[in-house]
Amino acid sequence: MANGELSCGRRFAAVNEILERHQRRPERLVAVLQEVQEVYRYLPEEVLQYVATGMGLSPAKVFGVATFYENFSLEPKGKYVIRCCDGTACHVHSSDEILTAVRDRLGLKEGQTTTSDLMFTLETVACLGACALAPVVTINGEVYGQATPEKIVAIIDELAGGKEHGEN
Amino acid sequence: MAKIRSGEDLNRLAAMYRQATEKAAKRILVCAGTGCVANGSLLVHAALKKAIEKTGVAVDLDYLLEHDVPNNATQLDKSGCRGFCQMGPLVLIEPHNFMYVHVRPEDAEEIIQESIIGDRCVERLTYMSSSGDKHYDREEDIPFYKKQHRQTLSNCGHMNPEDIREYIARDGYKGLARALTEYGPDQVVEEVLASGLRGLGGAGFPTGRKWQAVRQAAGDTKYVVCNGDEGDPGAFMDRSIMEGDPHKVLEGMIIAGYAVGAAEGYIYVRAEYPLAVERLTKAIQEAEEYGLLGDNILGTGFSFRLHINQGAGAFVCGESSALVASIEGKRGMPVPRPPRLAQKGLFGCPTLLNNVETFANVSFIMREGAQAFANLGTPTSHGTKAFALTGNVKNTGLIEVPMGTTLREVIFDIGGGIKDDREFKAVQIGGPSGACLTKEHLDLPLDFDSLKRAGAMMGSGGLVVMDERTCMVEVARFFMDFTQRESCGKCIPCREGTSRMLEILERIVGGEGTEEDLGLLEEIAHMVHDMSLCGLGQTAANPVLSTLKHFRDEYLAHVRDKRCPAGVCRALRRFEIDASKCRGCGRCARNCPVGAISGQIKQPFTIDPERCIRCGACIKQCAFHAIREVN
Repeated sequence: MANGELSCGRRFAAVNEILERHQRRPERLVAVLQEVQEVYRYLPEEVLQYVATGMGLSPAKVFGVATFYENFSLEPKGKYVIRCCDGTACHVHSSDEILTAVRDRLGLKEGQTTTSDLMFTLETVACLGACALAPVVTINGEVYGQATPEKIVAIIDELAGGKEHGEN
Repeated sequence: MAKIRSGEDLNRLAAMYRQATEKAAKRILVCAGTGCVANGSLLVHAALKKAIEKTGVAVDLDYLLEHDVPNNATQLDKSGCRGFCQMGPLVLIEPHNFMYVHVRPEDAEEIIQESIIGDRCVERLTYMSSSGDKHYDREEDIPFYKKQHRQTLSNCGHMNPEDIREYIARDGYKGLARALTEYGPDQVVEEVLASGLRGLGGAGFPTGRKWQAVRQAAGDTKYVVCNGDEGDPGAFMDRSIMEGDPHKVLEGMIIAGYAVGAAEGYIYVRAEYPLAVERLTKAIQEAEEYGLLGDNILGTGFSFRLHINQGAGAFVCGESSALVASIEGKRGMPVPRPPRLAQKGLFGCPTLLNNVETFANVSFIMREGAQAFANLGTPTSHGTKAFALTGNVKNTGLIEVPMGTTLREVIFDIGGGIKDDREFKAVQIGGPSGACLTKEHLDLPLDFDSLKRAGAMMGSGGLVVMDERTCMVEVARFFMDFTQRESCGKCIPCREGTSRMLEILERIVGGEGTEEDLGLLEEIAHMVHDMSLCGLGQTAANPVLSTLKHFRDEYLAHVRDKRCPAGVCRALRRFEIDASKCRGCGRCARNCPVGAISGQIKQPFTIDPERCIRCGACIKQCAFHAIREVN
C-alpha cells in the first residue's frame, strides 16, 4: 500500500479514514500518527500539515509530537527496517559488532540510516525485552535471537535478492 | 457466549472448563513467548500436531467442551513465557511435567512415541546441568526453577494466554467476583493496604496508600492507568506477564477501578511489545464478551472499560506524569508535582497509576486474602518479585522469587553461576536508574529496604550480571549514553548534566581523561540528582556514582595509567610483540594500516604505541601468535 506514487487525493483519503476512526479527538494524536506512519512508512511533511488541520491542532503541536517520539520518522524508511538492540544485555553480548557489520554491509555512511535504494533502514533500539536471547536483532518485526554479525549479514544478503550471496 | 451474571455463574464455568481440560489424558504445551517464537517454537507446534495426528487426535479446549474424548486424544496448546528463554523452544508434557528444551521440529515424532503414546521421558531433550553430568526430567527439579516461587507468574507457561476460559479454569476472575460481591470499595482498599503490596515498578510506594488517595480524591470522573512502558534496558518482566497472562493484569485493573471509583482505564504499552498489545487486545475483547468487563460486570451494576495506548519510543514515558501526557496525545514530558496524579492526573482527573506487575498481584490478594500474600517475603516487603536475569550468567530468563531472597541465591543457584566459570564482578540492578552491586553484596536480601540501604534500588527488576571481562567505566558510559539520549530536555539539570557527564565518560574511555575529571563527574552527578524535575534525571547519575564508589580503581587505571583492566576500551588497548615468539617475517608490518610496526627481517619487530591505532590487524596476521594485547 505504501508507495510514493500515490496521488495526493488518495493519500489524504487514507488519512481521512484514520482521522474519522479516531473521531479527530486531539488526545488520539499519537495513535493517529502511528497509523499514518503505517501507511506511508514515515510522516511526510504535507501529511502532518493535513493532520493538524484535520484535528484542529496547530502544526507546531503536531510537529512537536512527531519529533518527540523516537518511533516517528520524518524521513522515508527502507522496505526492511533492521533494528539492532543495544540494551544492557545485548550490549554486554557485543551488539556493537553486529551494528558495525550491518553498517558495513549496507554501506551506510556516518549519520545515514537508510540505504539510497530505500531497501534497508538500520536503527538501534534501547531494549526489545528479549534479553535472554541477547544479542537480538529484529527485521520488520521478526525477532532473531543470539544473533551474530555473520547470521544477520547473511539474512540481509538474502533479502537483498541473494545477489551477493557468498556464505559458505 | 452468554454473559456471566454472578459469582456462582463464574464458579460453575470454572468447574466446567477444568473438567474439560481433564478429559484428555495428556497435554502438550509449547511455549509461544517472544523468545521461544524467535527460536522456532511455532514450527515445533506444527510438527507436534502432525505427529499426534498420525496415531491419534490433537484436540483443544473447544473440542474437549463439546465432544466425548477418545482415548488417543492429546490436548495441544501454545502457552505464554516459561521464563527459561535461553533454552527455548520449550515443550512441557502434562501430567508428567516433563520439560523438553531446545526442541526442534524433527524431535516431534519421538516425543509423541515416547511421552504421549508411552509414559517415558526423552532423556536427550531434557535439561542437562551445566557441568554436563545430570539430566533433569521435570520442570520442578531443574535448579533454575527450584528456588523460585512463581506466584505472579503462576499461569505464565501453564495455559494458553489467548483463551479466557483457561484463565477462568485456573481461578481467574475469582478475586474480582469476591471484590465486587463480598466487599465494598473501601474494604478492597483496606485489603490491599493490609497486604502490604508495594509498587513493583521500582519505587516501592505502598500500593494501598495510592489506592486510598485516589478513592478519597474529589471528583466524579477518575481513571486507572497501567504502566506497561517497561523501558529499562535489560528488563522484560512486564512483557512476559502481559503476553503470558494478560487477564491477570485486566483483573487487577478492574478491581482497582471498583475500589477507587473509576469507570475507565488505560493500559500504556511500549511499542516494542507488539505481541503484548495483541494478547491484551484479545483479552479485553473476551472479557467483554464474558461480562467481566464493560457494563454491569458480573451483574453487580459496576461498569468499567479498558483502552490500550501504544507508546512511540520514549523512555521518559515510564515516568508517571509523562505517561499521562502521552496518553493525552502530547509530548511525553513530565510536569512538576504536586499536584500528584491522585489529585490531578489523566485529563485533569484523579488517576491511579500502577505498573503491570503490581496490578498482576491484586487478583491473588483478593482471592486468597491479604494475609496469604503477607506470609511471603520480609517484614517490610511482602510477596514476591519477578526479575529478568540476564548478562554473563549461565541460566538467563525470567524468574520470580520471594522478597528477601539473596543475590547469591539468584545468581548462583537459579542462574547457575557465571558463564564459562569466570569471576563474578558486579550486577546492575534497576537499569539506567539503578546501581551496581558487587561481591560484598552477594548476601544482600533482595527487598526494597535492603537495596535502598545498599545505595541501590529495586527498579523494575532487571538484573544484568557482569563478569571480569566487563569494564565498569564503559558500563557507566553506556547507561549515560542511554539516559542522555532519552532525557526529554525539559529541565536543564538533566538535559545539560547528562550531556556533560557523557562527555567526561567518553573522554575517560577514550584515554583522554584526567583525575580531575572524576571529581567533576561526581559534582555534576550530585547536581543532576538534586535538581532534576523527574525520576529520570534524579536517578540518571546512579550508575556513575555507584561505579565510582565500588570500582574507583578502574576509573583511576583509565585516567592515571591509561589502561583498561578489563581490556574493553579500544582506545586504551595496547599491543606488544613477544620478542621470543617473533620470527621477524615482517607480515605484521606490511599489514599495519598506519605503519606503526618496524624492524629488520629475521629480527623481532616492535610496535610504536604512539602511531598504533589499535585496530588489531597485526594480531590477525601473525602466524606465530607473537602479538598480544596487554591490559
